[in-house]
Parts: sequence; structure tokens; C-alpha cells
Amino acid sequence: MNSIITGHSIRFILLVLFQVILFNHVNFLGYINPYVYIIFILFFPIKNNRILFIFLSFLIGLTVDMLSDSGGIHAAASVFIAYARPVFLKFAFGTMYEHNNVKFNNTEFGARLVYISLLTLLHLTILFSLEIFSFSRILIVFQKTLFSGIFTILMITLLSIIFSRKS
Amino acid sequence: MQQIINFIIRNKNFLLFLLLFGIALVFTIQSHSYHKSKFINSANFLSGGVYNSINNVSAYFDLKSQNQKLSEENSRLNQLLTNQQIDTSHIAVDSTLKLKYKYLSANVIRNSYNLSNNFLLINKGLNDSIKQDFGVRSPLGIVGIVDAVSGNYATVISILNTKSKISAQLKKTNHFGSLTWNGISPNIIQLTDVEKIAPVKVGDTIITSGRSSIFPKGIPIGTVINSKLDASENFHEINVKLFNDMTNLEHVYIIENTDKKEIETLLESTNE
Repeated sequence: MNSIITGHSIRFILLVLFQVILFNHVNFLGYINPYVYIIFILFFPIKNNRILFIFLSFLIGLTVDMLSDSGGIHAAASVFIAYARPVFLKFAFGTMYEHNNVKFNNTEFGARLVYISLLTLLHLTILFSLEIFSFSRILIVFQKTLFSGIFTILMITLLSIIFSRKS
Repeated sequence: MQQIINFIIRNKNFLLFLLLFGIALVFTIQSHSYHKSKFINSANFLSGGVYNSINNVSAYFDLKSQNQKLSEENSRLNQLLTNQQIDTSHIAVDSTLKLKYKYLSANVIRNSYNLSNNFLLINKGLNDSIKQDFGVRSPLGIVGIVDAVSGNYATVISILNTKSKISAQLKKTNHFGSLTWNGISPNIIQLTDVEKIAPVKVGDTIITSGRSSIFPKGIPIGTVINSKLDASENFHEINVKLFNDMTNLEHVYIIENTDKKEIETLLESTNE
């Protein structure tokens, strides 16, 4: 039990640091950045306490916000996808989720890709609408969501393949 | 009562979600109004320390071009000094000689330019008597205005921030307007509300106007690349190309206007 908590804490800190030090400064083509820290929310163990999970998602978003001076946009988007996650789990993994035995390492690649893509796009849509905060510039919101989304999905899929433990 | 408690227990996830989402929205909205981002900003001990130690390493990669910039500024200042024939060997340092603008150098330890509301973090704070609303410039032009301040760090609202508004004017005439950013290119900034009769030509220089009691008059900003009339056809909307490369900042100067308090009290008394 203790090693699980330590593992998650280390993952939390590393993801935040990598996000603010490295990934926030990629600026591919001027504005495209991967938001990789949401891996923490995407692959948080499903059986765990949901209250704790929502709270931790808020905390990781707020930490990223604090380190990048962005108000509360990351916190809001993270809490939202954390709360909405069961819906997407059910959509992507179907019966496996209903029988309560989804283990991300053993799922099909296609289902996992759908799951990652949907949650990432939802996260980025909320993130950029809150960041830009104006209807007149909604095209920029979509543009940023689309391009950063593709980049983020690629990074997260790659990382999940590299770090998955095949049993 | 029992039912209320049952309701809370049944919906505890949703209520927690609402609470946290609400808090996040409050922080977001606060950060959208000028000078309100009090709680969530990077001018604190923890994030300041993190960025400072990162900057200690990353500053080395940029050393050559930053040195080049500083030596260019030195040569420009030397040229000014020698051409004005001031005898530098006998300048009397007198405590009665009051300086209107005090300059203090600082290093940028974090810079962002790809968001729509960009902030910088600098390594000077309250301990160096930095306060909110001090101006910040680089050797080449203006950078922004100090926002939140902690002991050793301060955040700066970059001119690349859709919420920032700085008074600026044409160099050759005194027609002024306010400098805003549309959030698209980090090299190009907009000067709006310049009177229609002002003679704006491509290539004209834009400088600060000194009307705001933050910046002294005459700090260079950029050159006009094109201009058109706005929707009401009364004002120019000018695209200005910055002299400053906002994506590559290291050494900046903080400007303190020592008369600021006096100006503000005077303005307040006339407004009443």
C-alpha cells in the first residue's frame, strides 16, 4: 500500500515538473504544446476512491496553474475530465468496465486510443476556452485544441506504450 | 435533516466536483481581471525557487547572444555619453539631486509568449523594494508591468497579454493611443485609439508616451508595419513590429517612478 502511494506521489511530482520545465516550452510552430501531465488522470487506478481521485486531479491542475501563471484553467479542466472519466471508460472499454476488470496494460490498443483521444480533446477544449475566454475568438480555440490535441495524444500514446508493463 | 445528509452522501462526488470546479473558475476569472491574480501566481517561494534553479542552468545556453545584446547597449550608451560632452570624471553625487526614475536590473527566470495572457517571472521582489505597477524594460524596448510580488520574486504582465494596456505614441508627433495585443503573433502588437488625423506612415517609430506614470517618455517600442481605420472610422488601428524579441529575454530593467505617489494623489483629488 505504501509503495503505491509513494509511486503515485513520485509520478505526480515528475509529471508536473516535466510539464512546466519541458513540455510548456516546446512551442512547435509557435503555439503547439503537449499537455502530458493528464496521463496522471487518464491512467489513475480505477478501483480507487473517487473522492480522492477528483481531489488529486484538482491538485495536479492547480500546481501546473501556479507554475505557469494561468489562473485556474488547468485545475478546472482536470477536475472536469476526472469527474467525467467513468462515462468515457464505459464508452471505450464497454463490458470490460462493467465487469470491473479494466487494467490499462491489458486493454486493446484501439480502445485505449479512443479513450485517450476523447478525454484529451475534452480537456483541451475546456482549457483553451477558459484561457481565451471570448466568443469572438472561438476559431483560435478550435485551432489550438485540434493541433495541441494531436500532439498530446501522440505523446501520451507513446508514453503509455513505453511505460506499460506487459504481464 | 436525515434526508439532507443522505442527499449529501449520495451525491458527494458530484458536490466535490462542483466545489472544486467552482474554485478553479473563480481563480480563472480572477486572473482575467487586471491585478487580481493574488493567490495563484508563480511569485512564491516554491515556484520561484524551482524556476530559479532551472534558470541557473539554462542561462548558460543563451550566454553568448545575451552578452552581445548587453555590449551593444553599452556601446550605444557610450556613444550617447561621449557625444553629449558630459565630463564623467567630475559628476557630483549629491543627495539633494532627486532622480525621477530609478532603474534596477533583474533577470528573467521564466518567460512565456505562446498563451493569450503571458506573464514573466523575475528574480527581484519586495526585498529589493519592487512593488506592483513598476515598469519593466529590456535594452531594446518595453517588456511589461510588475503584477504580483513576493519576497524575492515578482511576476510581470507581459505586453504580450490581452489584458495589458500601455499608453504609447508616435515618435514624430504627440498623437497617442493604447497598446494592446490580439494574441496572435509574439512579434506584432496593436496600437489602437490613435486619432484619425494623426499622420501615420509605414516605418514610423512608436515610443512610450509617459502619460501613465509607469514608464518614462521615449522608451522605444517598435515600428509601424501597417494601419487601418477601426470599425467606427474615427481611430487608427496600427500593427506595430516590436524592436524587442519577446521570445528571447534575459536581462531587464525595472523602472520606479519616484513621483508616482504624488501624481496619483493629485489625480485622485481632481477626480473627487
